[in-house]
Amino acid sequence: MGQTISEKIISKHVGKKVFAGELVISDVDGAMASDTTGPLTIKAFHEMGGKKVFNPEKCALIIDHAAPSPNERIANLHKMMRDFAKEQGMRLFEIGEGICHQVMVENHYVKPGDIFIGADSHTPTYGALNAFACGVGSTDLAATMMTGKIWLKVPQTIKINCSGKLKEGVTAKDLILFLVGKVTVSGATYQAIEFSGEAFEGLSLASRMTIANMSSEMGAKTGIVHPKGLQLDYDFEAITPDEHANYVKVFDFDVTDLEPQVSAPESPDNVHNISAYEGTKIDYAFIGTCCNGRLEDLDIAAEILKGKKIHPDVRMVIAPASQSVLLDAMKNGSMSTLIEAGASLITSGCGPCVGTHQGVPADGEVVISAANRNFRGRMGNPNSNIYLGAPSTVAAAALEGYIVNPKKYLL
Amino acid sequence: MKATTIHAKAHVYGDHIDTDRIIPGKYTKTLDLSTLADHVLEDLDPNFNKIVQQGDILVAGINFGCGSSREQAPLALKQAGVSVVIAQDFARIFFRNAINIGLPVLEIADHNIQKGAELDIDLKAGIVKDLSANKVYSATKLPDIMIDILNEGGLVNYLTKHGNYSL
Repeated sequence: MGQTISEKIISKHVGKKVFAGELVISDVDGAMASDTTGPLTIKAFHEMGGKKVFNPEKCALIIDHAAPSPNERIANLHKMMRDFAKEQGMRLFEIGEGICHQVMVENHYVKPGDIFIGADSHTPTYGALNAFACGVGSTDLAATMMTGKIWLKVPQTIKINCSGKLKEGVTAKDLILFLVGKVTVSGATYQAIEFSGEAFEGLSLASRMTIANMSSEMGAKTGIVHPKGLQLDYDFEAITPDEHANYVKVFDFDVTDLEPQVSAPESPDNVHNISAYEGTKIDYAFIGTCCNGRLEDLDIAAEILKGKKIHPDVRMVIAPASQSVLLDAMKNGSMSTLIEAGASLITSGCGPCVGTHQGVPADGEVVISAANRNFRGRMGNPNSNIYLGAPSTVAAAALEGYIVNPKKYLL
Repeated sequence: MKATTIHAKAHVYGDHIDTDRIIPGKYTKTLDLSTLADHVLEDLDPNFNKIVQQGDILVAGINFGCGSSREQAPLALKQAGVSVVIAQDFARIFFRNAINIGLPVLEIADHNIQKGAELDIDLKAGIVKDLSANKVYSATKLPDIMIDILNEGGLVNYLTKHGNYSL
């Protein structure tokens, strides 16, 4: 019987051929926690008798969700993480070094064919790398850090096949928003997703991360982009599905004519063509996050805003996905362009997206965001509304003061 | 699992209750469980933490606990007094987190439990009796390893006792 990518990766880690539905205890290649989940992880690790992290070279803590610390309570939690990392001999990524998923990929903590466990729901982002990556909570992560293992039910796989090439001015974010709208927020619960087809083959690693990232907005355990066309700066063995692999469901879409997409409040699957929301007045534009804070995202925003000023009634916040992204955007000029246009640069991290700090909207305000979630209260104020779009859509809205199709600035 | 039978009142909410609604992200950076309980479900039902009684049951529709991986979500519910969560189905990370911290969760795909219903629950058998509607429901059986973890009161106790996972 043929195997899916997930079945193949898990089989390799448990030393026997396994298929969907089997319960396994699997070896794990690496693990990480952020400052939302890390302190509880450390507490649970001690409580369960943990002494040494299973592989300090492949485990990490990242301070990104409230970085730099907004108050003394969180400052003390950060200190707890620094102390633990030092004691364990594992790396702690400091404030501003970047968002957990970005730094894990940039620093090669996760590689193709790996099983990686992260105490963050967007851990499936590493599916861009042809890895099996799952989000868990703090106690699960503590157990993985202690034992080097995790228990898993081998997931069934949904195949999402997209034929055709995206039009000029339509990006990976538009594609994944479209797919979240079709599959829905619970359409892939407990299941793995395989993204395959021509539409994914030409995508950069950054764009593949955007795709895999939003697997979690469909409830998926993991989401893996077919490695065809994947280019990395090191050699790797690609894991591809067998021809007769068993899929629980197959979606086929021709995305040749896809238009920019917008997800409206207050669920990521409330997705429509941008035309449905054109003219919606916005107060606040945000580009950043593990979904869309990478160089290509800042570049496309800079392309739209070059030589212009954002609308006087709009404020714009930029949080690069990592320090390395920030440096690259400084070197190629995109960062100066964005700041000259009126954007405000904040520390690389998750703050605005999770409503911690550095950009909470006011009552009644409307946000256009390049993030992945628009649940009520997500950005820290339940009386605001969040629309999700591509970085190009966010930049165009910042310029005009309302939601508008960005393609006129990109053709 | 300490008590295996529960008799309590149901608080009933709808579908897709995400973890931001269970506990907003701005309150999650703490190890103080009472802070979590103070703000539990505040963007969904600001009265919830005032009316919830120790042992009460939370009932929801589909995809309960979607969104963030924050274990603070089941911790907030447990600390506020919720003894068990029943839903038509759960988002996977919330489901694991709840079991890992020793908060029982029951998946009942076809339940029609109404607000204020009196429920009798046999956790071990996974049987829920809706005394108000005179109906009996059977919950989906948990994987054996989850039953073992729940029986120990959570993953910390399970690993303290066993040192590692076993199937």
